[in-house]
Amino acid sequence: MSPAALRQAMPISQPEPRREALPASRQKVFIREVDFYYGTFQALKNITLPLHDKRVTAFIGPSGCGKSTLLRVLNRIYELYPGQRATGEVLVDGENILAPGRDLNLLRAKIGMVFQKPTPFPMSIYDNIAFGIRLYEKLRHHELDDRVESALRRAALWDEVKDKLAQSGLGLSGGQQQRLCIARAIAVRPEILLLDEPASALDPISTQRIEELIAELKADYCIAIVTHNMQQAARSSDYTAFMYLGELIEFDETERIFTHPKQRHTEDYITGRFG
Amino acid sequence: MNVYTRRRISNGVVMTLSVAATAFGVLWLVLVLWTLLQSGIAAITPALITQMTPPPGSTGGLLNAIFGSVAMTLIATAIGAPTGILAGTFLAEYSRRSRFGEIVRFINDILLSAPSIIVGLFVYELMVVRMGHFSAWAGAVALAIIVIPVVVRTTEDMLNLVPNSLREAAAALGSPKWKVIVMVSYRAAIQGMVTGVMLAVARIAGETAPLLFTALNNQFWSTDLNAPMANLPVVIFQFAMSPYANWQVLAWGGALLITIAVLFLNIGARALASWSTFKQ
Repeated sequence: MSPAALRQAMPISQPEPRREALPASRQKVFIREVDFYYGTFQALKNITLPLHDKRVTAFIGPSGCGKSTLLRVLNRIYELYPGQRATGEVLVDGENILAPGRDLNLLRAKIGMVFQKPTPFPMSIYDNIAFGIRLYEKLRHHELDDRVESALRRAALWDEVKDKLAQSGLGLSGGQQQRLCIARAIAVRPEILLLDEPASALDPISTQRIEELIAELKADYCIAIVTHNMQQAARSSDYTAFMYLGELIEFDETERIFTHPKQRHTEDYITGRFG
Repeated sequence: MNVYTRRRISNGVVMTLSVAATAFGVLWLVLVLWTLLQSGIAAITPALITQMTPPPGSTGGLLNAIFGSVAMTLIATAIGAPTGILAGTFLAEYSRRSRFGEIVRFINDILLSAPSIIVGLFVYELMVVRMGHFSAWAGAVALAIIVIPVVVRTTEDMLNLVPNSLREAAAALGSPKWKVIVMVSYRAAIQGMVTGVMLAVARIAGETAPLLFTALNNQFWSTDLNAPMANLPVVIFQFAMSPYANWQVLAWGGALLITIAVLFLNIGARALASWSTFKQ
């Protein structure tokens, strides 16, 4: 059985999977002993794991296990809400982004995020993409046009919208809106891309396009994706982290997680025995 | 009687009551408009908008009162709308859960329901007594005090309807907060915010009590904002109560004029709002 086919199936039943160690890659992010609190409720407990550059790391686990919360720590978007706080360290290229005094706007410009529900801004398709670029770069007209076009091309949306760039982003279909949001996130050329269940509200065809897109974007970014879809995690990620009740139960290469999980808990979850 | 029949009957009863209540409400509105039109149409002549308010027994129009109303409404809106929008923004975007925000919100709600005559008396004490005379400025300030709480409330409500996910998405791109508010929240809420301002303008266009103690009235053409100024509501009040037939006709005409102006203001607001938000 080919590795590709292996990944398609629920590979737990495979007796001897091929152990292809991933080629070495740089650690882009290192999350160290992170705790997170919603008021007094502790949602993350002592999380430690790395995110590799040019690799996709998937976060799986039942609802409420803290995987989205962890993603929200990585760009400190939780700080929009008083009463939420994180402790520990998140090192991006060796620098702790949780340290006080960091410029959050600059940080977030470096770390793109796509949310579960498509969130096009109430403006034209063009302006949706240009919004983020204009925040940090002063480009000439045609340069901006080029950037918008290339972002839309990379998000596989260009052909569908090139004749209606001046129309509202709200007029697109759900799948198109989500690709618009991905285009918007990559237009600012971040280094890390956080995807919070980007395909959960989409139909199968749109989902497939998003997954293809993730596979392509992997070449340039460090990608973290939260998903409820086990097959999606198996298909599109290199590393998988299984979380449960705010704790990181297991983290390993995706192939190993789905074939030889070390923890009983992980095995039960990915085989659908609970969760 | 089975369940299905019973449901059909109760459905019929509820629908009949709802329709009757709606008809009852609309009936009075139509009657008011009809009376206004019937009695006011006689006053709609070129003289109405070209001549000054006349002394008893002679002919004239309402030009000075129309000018005064427009001028004071504009100034009041120019003061009240930006203040209200900024204060509403403060409540919705900067202090949604804070204690201070809650206190401000509570006080604003009280101001919103304060009788307008009290606003008039307040400005009388604040400005008229100190300046020693009635003035258009005092009138405009009194009207502005009525505009502010309305705009604060509508702005806050409309901004609260903007989903947080939109703010998060903008912040996640590295957008500073003020830009999130101006570029995203305002754009998403603009329709409701404009409607709020228009509602406030419509409200002050017909306010009489706050002007009685502030701008008072003026029988002559005056553009001096430091002097008493004629205005439609007070003129209508004075003329309608008078025993002179020509004054009474002018009062009807003024009332019709305000109604038409408010109507067009509302239509304009809707047109503006639907034009400024993108069509799909």
